[in-house]
Amino acid sequence: MSENVYILGIDMLKFGKYPDRTFAQLGGEAALLALDDAGLSVHDVQAMYCGSVFGAYDMTGQAIMREIGQTGIPVTNISNACATGASAFREAWIAVKSGLYDVVLAVGVEKMPRGMLGAGHETGISLEGLFGSASMPAVFAESGMEHAGKYGTTFEQFAKVSVKNHHHSTMNPKAVYQKETPLEEVMGSEMIAYPNTKLMCSVNVDGSAAAVVVSEKKARELGLTRAIRVLASALASDPWNPRNPIMPDVNGCTQLAAKSAYEQAGIDPRDVSLVELHDCFATAELLHYENLQLCGLGEAGRLIDEGVTALGGRVPVNVSGGLLSKGHPLGATGIANMYEVALHLRGEAGARQVQGARIGLTHVVGLGTASAVHLFEKA
Amino acid sequence: MTQTDTLGPRPALPWIRLDGPEPFVEGRLCRACGARTAATHLACPACGARDSIETYRAPTTGKLHAYSIVRRSYPGVPVPFISAIVDLDDGLTLKGNLINVAAEPEALPVGMPVRMVFGDALGRTDKDGASYVAFFFEPSA
Repeated sequence: MSENVYILGIDMLKFGKYPDRTFAQLGGEAALLALDDAGLSVHDVQAMYCGSVFGAYDMTGQAIMREIGQTGIPVTNISNACATGASAFREAWIAVKSGLYDVVLAVGVEKMPRGMLGAGHETGISLEGLFGSASMPAVFAESGMEHAGKYGTTFEQFAKVSVKNHHHSTMNPKAVYQKETPLEEVMGSEMIAYPNTKLMCSVNVDGSAAAVVVSEKKARELGLTRAIRVLASALASDPWNPRNPIMPDVNGCTQLAAKSAYEQAGIDPRDVSLVELHDCFATAELLHYENLQLCGLGEAGRLIDEGVTALGGRVPVNVSGGLLSKGHPLGATGIANMYEVALHLRGEAGARQVQGARIGLTHVVGLGTASAVHLFEKA
Repeated sequence: MTQTDTLGPRPALPWIRLDGPEPFVEGRLCRACGARTAATHLACPACGARDSIETYRAPTTGKLHAYSIVRRSYPGVPVPFISAIVDLDDGLTLKGNLINVAAEPEALPVGMPVRMVFGDALGRTDKDGASYVAFFFEPSA
């Protein structure tokens, strides 16, 4: 067993539309960038985990190896909804932590279908608009309205999440959008599913990200100068909740994963310097402030009002621009979150650098349901 | 007479029952832990007990728990409509369209009493031309 596990190299492609590139090309490019960042070659890699939702049935991991070098190592393809990338990373972490390997590559890659995402459980007729909506904007709107019903959270408070994250993205050249969106523009943009307007929905784009995960022994051999220590890797599924899955529950499994991560790391939530969390819709971000224990129950609205989670605040959230503005290619998102945190822990985040960043948290949650929470610190 | 005519309308969800005098929702109750679900499972999803599930006729009254006013859906789906999460009086949760109320947040207080009504599935028919029965919610106060 490896005492500690490290990210030695990590990188991502700028999220956007890549109609002329294959899953394997996109994933392969990120893999090569991550290997370069680690100062390693494909010949050093002993196992590989590839996360993709829409490429999972297609042996995408092996196709990536054909792009970067077919060394015959074990390759496993992983699909876990929006937690896919983080789940691939976690498998790499387990493989190194177990002592079986010293160098493992985790890749997340996605090419997204066009249009609105949602799950339909169809009988002989379409059920959308007959028994409410299964579209993702509506499902996450309902989660937000549950919070509003309990705590009085307002449309304006949800909209402020988009203002903040779009502002952050103006400092991130790898975000698909880098555009300010004032509050009136967010609230006045096309209403998709109240209270989520178009500017409160994440961006449907292609993308990839990759991480080189190494053992304590390997990290010491290669030097810890830019290494990122994995303090915790937690994955949870949805525990029983009487309304789930009629009303999909993104809270329960996030709370479980967060609790496990804090326990593994032996830290207090107040020790976290920055957070990249799953803002698939503006309504979701506020719920996760509470689920990740950044504040107490019912306090999320106050947090966004007071700027606590903006760059310069006590615990900046989604300084990358988040899924709302950086983009959300499902399988790539989890590792891209880790890339952002690694930049800050290394002090390499440029204009959006969180000063004095010591510990970073990443979170994703995919309906069905899977949630992953990871904690990192600079080695 | 076609076979469809003979069979009559079909339930739009597996837990809608049309074999009584009136349509109703059939719920599932775990005798071991009291959990209620609409869908069937191999064991109780709350406690894991086997052979503990009994079916029952769900009540038709409840309260609005959460909602969204949907203004853009998939192509071809008429909007707006209110997608509502309703907790029935016995604790069973269902999702459905909330009708006969303004599609405005001011008209939709959480906790609002609602009743379940059954009706044709908005004119939707399957490839055999069969019609379907759905449930909807409307304010009951």
